[in-house]
Amino acid sequence: MGDCHGCPNNIATLPPPPGLAVAGSNGAISRRHIVAIVGPPNSGKSTLFNRLTGLRQKVANFPGVTVEHRMGRVKLEQGREVFVVDLPGVYSLTPRTEDERVTHDVLSGQMKDIPRPDAVLLILDSTNLSRHLVLAAPVLSLGLPTLVILNMADDLKNRGGDVNVPELAMQLGSPVALVSAAKGTGVEKIFQFLTGATLGAAPKAPLIQLPVIQDIPKCRAWATSIGNKTGYHAPAPPLWTRRLDAFFLHPVGGPLVFLFVVAAVFQTIFNGARPLMDAVQALIEVSGRWIGYLIPNAALKSLVVDGIWKGVGSVVIFLPQILLLFLFIGILEDSGYLARAALIADRTMARFGLQGKSFIPLLSAYACAVPAIMATRTIENKRDRIATILIAPFMTCSARLPVYILIIGAFIPDRHFLGPFMSMRVAVMLGLYVLGFVAAILTARLLKSTVLKSGRSSFMLEMPPYRWPTARSLALRLVDRSKVFLMRAGTVILATAIIIWVLSSLPIHDGKPPAIEHSIAAGIGHFVEPVIKPLGFNWKIGIGLITSMAARETIVSTLGTIYGIQDTGSQHGLQQALRQDLTLGGAVALLVFFAFAMQCMSTIAVVRRETGGWFWPAVQFAYMTGLAYVCAFLANRIVSIWA
Amino acid sequence: MQVIFKKGSSKKAKNLTELKPGEAGVLGKLDLPDDDAQRLMEMGFVPGHSITRGLSAPGGDPRVFRVDGSEVALRRETALRLILR
Ligand SMILES: Nc1nc2c(ncn2[C@@H]2O[C@H](COP(=O)(O)OP(=O)(O)OP(=O)(O)O)[C@@H](O)[C@H]2O)c(=O)[nH]1
Ligand SMILES: [Mg+2]
Repeated sequence: MGDCHGCPNNIATLPPPPGLAVAGSNGAISRRHIVAIVGPPNSGKSTLFNRLTGLRQKVANFPGVTVEHRMGRVKLEQGREVFVVDLPGVYSLTPRTEDERVTHDVLSGQMKDIPRPDAVLLILDSTNLSRHLVLAAPVLSLGLPTLVILNMADDLKNRGGDVNVPELAMQLGSPVALVSAAKGTGVEKIFQFLTGATLGAAPKAPLIQLPVIQDIPKCRAWATSIGNKTGYHAPAPPLWTRRLDAFFLHPVGGPLVFLFVVAAVFQTIFNGARPLMDAVQALIEVSGRWIGYLIPNAALKSLVVDGIWKGVGSVVIFLPQILLLFLFIGILEDSGYLARAALIADRTMARFGLQGKSFIPLLSAYACAVPAIMATRTIENKRDRIATILIAPFMTCSARLPVYILIIGAFIPDRHFLGPFMSMRVAVMLGLYVLGFVAAILTARLLKSTVLKSGRSSFMLEMPPYRWPTARSLALRLVDRSKVFLMRAGTVILATAIIIWVLSSLPIHDGKPPAIEHSIAAGIGHFVEPVIKPLGFNWKIGIGLITSMAARETIVSTLGTIYGIQDTGSQHGLQQALRQDLTLGGAVALLVFFAFAMQCMSTIAVVRRETGGWFWPAVQFAYMTGLAYVCAFLANRIVSIWA
Repeated sequence: MQVIFKKGSSKKAKNLTELKPGEAGVLGKLDLPDDDAQRLMEMGFVPGHSITRGLSAPGGDPRVFRVDGSEVALRRETALRLILR
C-alpha cells in the first residue's frame, strides 16, 4: 500500500538495456551482473533488497507483499556494481499465481526486460529452516552460483534455536550466511558474495546429490536429513503469537476488539487530527496573505492567492488525516494482524463467492485501489482475481477522505450518537465505509453468480508470527505517503486549480474579470447542469465532478478555487459556502456519488494493464458510474422528502 | 495426487477436521486434486508429518493448523480431504 497513483509501479533505478556492456571504473569492459533474490513468501527478501540497495521496496508482515520484480543497484567496493532483483515469494518453482509466474519467468530468463540472472541469493527463514530448505532443491538445481541466506538470525537466537553454518555450507555445496536483514547483522558476507559474482568468481553449480525436485515428500525428507546432519535446532514456538491469537481469534472478543479499534481510528481521524489540521490551515492562510502583500499585480495576486493557494491548500490540509489512516494500515500490515483479518473474513467472503485471500487486496484498497489491484496477483483462481479487481475501487480509498470530511463537516451536526464515544459525524463516516464495502461484496456476488462463475476455490494462507511494527518502518511509510500526496497536490491538483482559475476569470470585460456567474467555467458548469440537477447538484459541483475524474480529491481544490474567487475565505468558509449552495439532499447525494463512482485515471490504467485489455475497465467504469448516478439520485429524493 | 501410505484396514479414516484444538495427528494422505495437493505439501502438509490443530476463525471455519513450524489456515472442505493415519 505504500505506493499509489503518484508513483506508478516499479520505477526502479533503471539499469542500462540488457546486453549492453558497461565500463567498470577500472576501465575494463564488464557485463552487467544480475542477481535474483529468491525465497519463500515473507522470508525477508524485500527487507534485504532495501538494505542492499537503499531503495524502499514495500515490506510488510504477511505473505504476498511483493507481486512484481524490481531491480536495484548495489554499489560494491572499487566502483563495482551489481543489480539485484527483488522477486515475489514462492514455495516452489512451479507457478500457480501471477506473482509466482513473475519469479519463474525472471529465473528462467523469460522476463522481457531482464536477462537471465547470473547468480541467486536464496533467502530462507532460519526459524523454520527444515521446511524452507525444501525450496533449496529446485533453486540449487538451476545450477547458478547461489548464496544461501538464513534470515531472521535475531529471531532464531531469541527463541533459542541454533544452526551450524559451515556444516550446512558443506552439505549444500554453496556458501551460507546467517543474517538478520532487519538488523543488518551478517550482511558483509552477502557483499562478499556479490563482489565474487561480478568477478565471475562465485562457485558454480553445487556438487551435491539433489532429490527429484517434483517429488515434494522426497525433497522434504532431504531437507530433514540436511537439517539433522548440520545440527539444526529449531527454535521454540513463538509464544507471544499464540497468546495474541488466543485474544484476536477469540470467537466473541476478536471481532469486538476489531470494531472497537476501527471506531477509535475514525474518532481520531475526526477529532485527534483537528489541531494539526487547524495548524496546517492557519499556516496556509497566513502564508497566503503574506504572498498577497508581496504581489502588486491584482490579476496575478488573484491567481496565486485565490487560484493556487486556496485551491491546493484546501486539499493539503487533509494531509494529517490521511497520514493517520496510513499509520493505522501500517500497524495492521507490519504486525501480522492482516493475515488474521483475512482468516476472519473468509467465511463472509465465501458467502459472496470469494475467498479470504481476496480480503487482503480489499483491505489495502482502503489506502489506494492501485496497489490493491496489483495485490490481486496472489489469488490463484483467475475469475476470483478479476472479480476482486472489479470490486476493489468500491473500497473507500484515502482520496475520498478529503471529500467526505469536507461534506460531513459542513452538513452533519457534531452531536453524540451512541453515547460519547461515537459522534454523529463519525457514524456517517463509518456508514460510508460500510456502504462501499457492501457495494463491493454485492457486486462480487453478482459477478460470481453470472459471468465469473467458478467452483469454490480453496483457501490456504500462512499465518505469520506477530512482530512489533518498528517506528522506523512506520515513519518511512508516512514520509513516502506525504511525498506522494504533496506530489499530487503539486501536479494534478495545482494544474487543475490554475485551469479552473483561468476559466473562472475569463472572458475579461473592460480589463476586469467577470462575476463568476458569467465566466467560462460557469458556462461549462451550466452546460452539464441538466444532467446533475436531479442529483441536487449545482453547476459548481458539476465543475468539481468533471475535475474529479482525474483524481477524486481534486473536487475539493476546485471548489476551493471557485469559492476562493467568490471570496469566502478559509476552509470553514468553504464549508459555509457549501451549506448555502447545497441542500442536505444534495450533500448526501454527493457523498453517495463519491462512494460509488470510479473517478480515478490511475485505477483505470492499472485495471487495463492487469486484465490485459480495455474490456474490463470499460465495464467497470460504466457500472460504477451508473450505480453512482442512480443511487445519488435516490439518495437526494429520499432525503429531500424526509428532511 | 494421492500419496497413499499402507495402513491397517479401519472402517473410516479420521481427517483433519476431527482433531480437537491442541490435538495432533499424523498425516496419511491428501485426497485432493493434484495442484492443490502439491501446494499443500509445499506448505508443509507432507504425509508422515505431524499436524496440530490450532485456533479457528470465529464461527469455527477456516481453521489454523500447525504444521512443520508454521501455521496455515485451511477451509473445512480442504481439511476434510486431508486424511490422518
Ligand atoms: N525479526 C526479524 N524480522 C525480519 C527480518 N527480516 C525481515 N523481517 C520481517 O519479516 C517480514 C517480511 O519481510 P519482507 O521483506 O516483506 O518479506 P518478503 O520476503 O519480501 O515477503 P513477500 O514479498 O511477501 O514474499 C517483515 O515484517 C519484516 O519486518 C529479520 O532479519 N529479523
Ligand atoms: Mg517482498
